[in-house]
Amino acid sequence: MTQQRNEWPLWEIFIRGQHGMSHRHVGSLHAADSETAILNARDVYTRRNEGVSIWVVQAQQITASSPSDKGPLYEPSEAKVYRHPSFFDIPKEVGAM
Amino acid sequence: MAQTADLFEFLCRMGDNTLVLGHRVSEWCGHAPVLEEDIALANTALDLIGQTQMWLGLAAEVEGQGRSADDLAMLRDAWNFHNVLLVEQPNRDFGVTILRQFLFDAWHVEMLQRLITSSDQRIAEVAAKSVKEATYHLERSSTTVIALGDGTGESHNRMQDALNLLWPYVGELFADDAVDTAMSEEGIAPKSSDLRDAVMARITDVLAEATLQVPDGDFTHKGGKTGFQHTEHLGHMLVAMQNLQRSYPGATW
Amino acid sequence: MYAQMVKSEATQEDPEKLAAFQARIDAGEKIEPKDWMPVGYRKTLIRQIGQHAHSEIVGQLPEGNWITRAPTLERKAILLAKVQDEAGHGLYLYCAAETLGVTRDELTEMLLDGRMKYSSIFNYPTLTWADMGAVGWLVDGAAIMNQVPLQRTSYGPYSRAMIRICKEESFHQRQGFDIMMKMASGTEAQMRMAQNALDRFWYPALMMFGPSDKDSVHSEQSMRWKIKMNTNDELRQKFVDQTVPQAEYLGLTVPDDKLVWNEEKNGYDFSEPDWNEFFDVIQGNGPCNTDRLAARNKAWDDGAWVREGLMAHATKKSAMKVAAE
Repeated sequence: MTQQRNEWPLWEIFIRGQHGMSHRHVGSLHAADSETAILNARDVYTRRNEGVSIWVVQAQQITASSPSDKGPLYEPSEAKVYRHPSFFDIPKEVGAM
Repeated sequence: MAQTADLFEFLCRMGDNTLVLGHRVSEWCGHAPVLEEDIALANTALDLIGQTQMWLGLAAEVEGQGRSADDLAMLRDAWNFHNVLLVEQPNRDFGVTILRQFLFDAWHVEMLQRLITSSDQRIAEVAAKSVKEATYHLERSSTTVIALGDGTGESHNRMQDALNLLWPYVGELFADDAVDTAMSEEGIAPKSSDLRDAVMARITDVLAEATLQVPDGDFTHKGGKTGFQHTEHLGHMLVAMQNLQRSYPGATW
Repeated sequence: MYAQMVKSEATQEDPEKLAAFQARIDAGEKIEPKDWMPVGYRKTLIRQIGQHAHSEIVGQLPEGNWITRAPTLERKAILLAKVQDEAGHGLYLYCAAETLGVTRDELTEMLLDGRMKYSSIFNYPTLTWADMGAVGWLVDGAAIMNQVPLQRTSYGPYSRAMIRICKEESFHQRQGFDIMMKMASGTEAQMRMAQNALDRFWYPALMMFGPSDKDSVHSEQSMRWKIKMNTNDELRQKFVDQTVPQAEYLGLTVPDDKLVWNEEKNGYDFSEPDWNEFFDVIQGNGPCNTDRLAARNKAWDDGAWVREGLMAHATKKSAMKVAAE
């Protein structure tokens, strides 16, 4: 699709919590520049917890690996399932009343 | 010990400022210029409502008449609201909203920083909790005022219009009366006039960076802080805010 | 649901690639933005995620209608936090859609000029404070039925957005039910408001799941692709079975003479909503369609100078930075 608009660029947001873990990708948002991207990230993704560190990277600056064209696209699910955290059971209380 | 009436009055002023401004900012929810701003404005409003609960809760406690923060917010008449006129100004456009926020934040941060050393421990605690939030509000509103003042021709003009409109409401933040004197004598709070230099320095720095011109003249509208004469806007706000509590007395929600 | 009547796109591509793609999905793998995917999968997802995002944003309006009138400071804060969450959820979903090659502004324009839809439910008015209870209890309750399984959807960014949304949304339905409990056990006027809210929102809530499976032509392909996880009727039945006892607990009457427990199917028999009304609302003739779109258009138009102003400042600043280097 065309992009003739002067749209705010997309930023990828990485946050490190208080417990010494690495910065972790939490999502994206739009902002005019890196300074406001950080402010927006505080409001959208941290609710301003003390002690957190925020990285913002403009999405178009990220180079991502491409999935390989070689080899089978499909392997038996039995062999892979453990690699997919999102495949494990989601706690019942998530979203339930 | 300061007179209970003076202390109650001071706490209501603090709480009414945050209540009325929080209400105004909450009116933006779902209508902001961009999603990220919608979320940020709601955060600001949530902080201010939370601070209101603390200030008015403490006011009710000091008064000792069995009233709650909600009673004070929902059942007082307009003349008993003692917020400054600045915060009851309607949102109009985003420029007026963010400039109103900035002018208030600049005063608010300075006030709260002084209150951290209040001789009244309860006040010092509320201030210490609130100042972190207010400091972030100021950072955000300053950044936005600067960007929009410097942005396009239209955004610059709108911000200048907003400044011209709101400037006469700044002076009331620094107007002393007997309550200020009583608070200052007890070391509970600074006199309003004591804050002027530091706040104005903050404000003029940001406005300069935003390429905005401070209007000439030092005319000041007054009457909110004492409750003597609010603008017409406050009454309309209270009609909405107090509707349920007044229409269904005694109901719990 | 928040994405109703999403038309599934047919796909004409290399059968071998299609088979391999389907096999990945069947194996529970996630499809990620740079992976090969059928054109139809991409288009259907853009439509579905976009519609879902639009529903969150338009969905701010009926509840936002009561923020300034909330009866206590605490209720005001809770409601504001909830409506703010909806803005956040819209934001996450737009970002997920953007990974498919469409921009947020493009999606927004399609909402504003009516090319894209949002959930029919948000075209109903909120008339009393009890409606804040009913919306949380019924509308969020219905939405959760759909969103929890969508956490397992095949498209990675969509799945991750749904996981975050479900986590944040756990308090939404509870706060609604909490309001209903207060109202239903309150004064006579409050009880009347509570019953009245249930009367008005019951059938619109049932409509959220979309038309009956026998009339729904789009389900099959989407279910194979795991971008639709359950049939409309399955979810509707589950919703009724869960909600009727809650209404009884509140002492409220579900407005359906035919509602009766069916031992054999271990679920309730209930009346279908009026599908003519549903299609009227979808076509733009709901009680609030005009107001909802007008409000979104006004926010967008009034905000243009702000978006442009911030962008212009950012551009100037980065030009100065480059010049200084």
